Amino acid sequence: MLLLRLILLNAFRHRLRAVLTIVGVAVALTAFGLLRTVLDAWHAGVEASSANRLVTRNAVSLTQPLPFAYKGRIRQVTGVDIVAAGGWFGGVYLDEKNFFPNFVVEADDFFKLYPELVVSPEEQKAFLSDRKAAIIGRKLAERFHWRIGDTVTLRGTIYPGQWPMTIRAIYKGARPDTDETVLYFHYSYLDETMKKRAPTRAGQVGFFMIGIRDATRAAEISKDIDALFRNSQAETLTETERAFQLGFVAMSEAILLAITAVSYVVIAIILAVAANTMAMSARERLGEFAVLKTLGFGAPALAGMLLAESLLLALAGTALAMAVLPPLAKGFAVGLAQYFPIFFVSPTTIMLQAAFGLAVGVLAAAVPAWRVSAVRIADAFRRIG
Amino acid sequence: MDRPLIEISHLSKSYRRGDQVIPVLSDITFDIAAGEFLALIGPSGSGKSTLLNCIAGIDSLDAGSITVGGTDIATLSESELAVWRSRHVGFIFQFYNLIPVLTALENVELPLLLTSLSAAARRDHALAALAAVGLSDRTDHKPNQLSGGQQQRVAIARAIVTDPDIIVADEPTGDLDRVSAADVMALLKRLNADLGKTIVMVTHDHKAAEAAHLVRELDKGELRVAP
Repeated sequence: MLLLRLILLNAFRHRLRAVLTIVGVAVALTAFGLLRTVLDAWHAGVEASSANRLVTRNAVSLTQPLPFAYKGRIRQVTGVDIVAAGGWFGGVYLDEKNFFPNFVVEADDFFKLYPELVVSPEEQKAFLSDRKAAIIGRKLAERFHWRIGDTVTLRGTIYPGQWPMTIRAIYKGARPDTDETVLYFHYSYLDETMKKRAPTRAGQVGFFMIGIRDATRAAEISKDIDALFRNSQAETLTETERAFQLGFVAMSEAILLAITAVSYVVIAIILAVAANTMAMSARERLGEFAVLKTLGFGAPALAGMLLAESLLLALAGTALAMAVLPPLAKGFAVGLAQYFPIFFVSPTTIMLQAAFGLAVGVLAAAVPAWRVSAVRIADAFRRIG
Repeated sequence: MDRPLIEISHLSKSYRRGDQVIPVLSDITFDIAAGEFLALIGPSGSGKSTLLNCIAGIDSLDAGSITVGGTDIATLSESELAVWRSRHVGFIFQFYNLIPVLTALENVELPLLLTSLSAAARRDHALAALAAVGLSDRTDHKPNQLSGGQQQRVAIARAIVTDPDIIVADEPTGDLDRVSAADVMALLKRLNADLGKTIVMVTHDHKAAEAAHLVRELDKGELRVAP
């Protein structure tokens, strides 16, 4: 008890300095956690990917379409279970600033492929039976206060014209990383309208979403699908949904690298601050350490005391950061919902916070502890007079 | 005839300052019997504190040996010396060197953390040591709430709480007024006379040195019997 009391009293001997160090560690680890959460948000699509889903797109570029007619041939590939055509619609609701992702899908198969989009059977039936129906995510409905039965008109940017549609269903995500900000509507609505407005653009899709029975055969099936269309006018590139999503993430690689670097720089800075605090504390108490050494406390005991003080301050800051981060991230999630539909603190981030807090505590004490344990008693007494 | 408690043989010690070697102690040989009260006097820089530190095992020797209770302490490692000091030596410093955040009782209890005593037994020992120096009513006071003389008495309690064979005192009255200094010296004399503690004390103060049985003078690193 006495030893613990001594450690506690020494850690908070300079209260302002100790409190500032704790707050510094807390701020740094909170900033680290937020940056990590931003990175996670960027990768949310990747994390939400299923190993049983493949995506086939035009080998030239994602912006190049594929013939809808490919669907039948893809379905015949051994191992393929479901095929659903889809595409980025890129519609705007009233104003560009109201951005949200919107896609066309072949609804029947799409629901089978994406069981994480949870919707009531009644609403699903209503959506499937209305060619001009849309299904939207819960968060999107909340954002624009849309309800079932509301008519929403999107202005096409890729497919010109006004596209009125009726909201027939609102889905919820089965998992926390399911994007609830998306609008889906029927591919048939798009295709039949395009047949009238721009017949040359009809019968085309952006990509095919493919369900496979055995995830371990993904590479083989992908190869088989692409082989079907080799040397055709629209060669295909088939990859796992994860790789497909990573392709999007890779477009922002420089930004992500910068955010990652900043998150680690923040940790390095607070490590330097904490190390300075411990060095000052050890230097000021060199005489006391010499006295303890004189009384018979060995070098490991003195180093342990300093390490315990450092850990106490660092872990207090870490605990504060771990308590503050989730509610703070919740606030950010509301403010940034438009840009980051999935924004929540992952258990990995919490664990990294704890690990870095611990590392700061240990490393900050390392040099001062070594100095204190190495100091020769007679030299220390001579130095302090 | 009993073997002396402390045997110092051909002890030499020097310090380095850059390329310069400054001799501090030269070929010192003498014995201290158990129960002795020895005062080391001499001008500043004569090497008396260095000799005290060597005897107490907190400074190393360049040559020679110091045997305490049959143990040649010059051959002990740092960790062995730490254990040896905790069992055999009590320290009294000029500036008390109490831990400022701890109470008087906690300061006295501190060396007992290195023993196998229970918390209750440690507390009992510390209370007894404080009672022995007349500070039973100051157990919960922090050092800054005590006078210089009281702080030095807490330091003496800390020095005796482990019941060491030797007490080393470096200028124990150097920071005290005359009355407090006399109290401290009376206390040391009592520890020597009543408890049989061997005391080696460094002092500038000839009055303090009068309390000792034996006074030796160090001058330019050499030892002689004081006049």
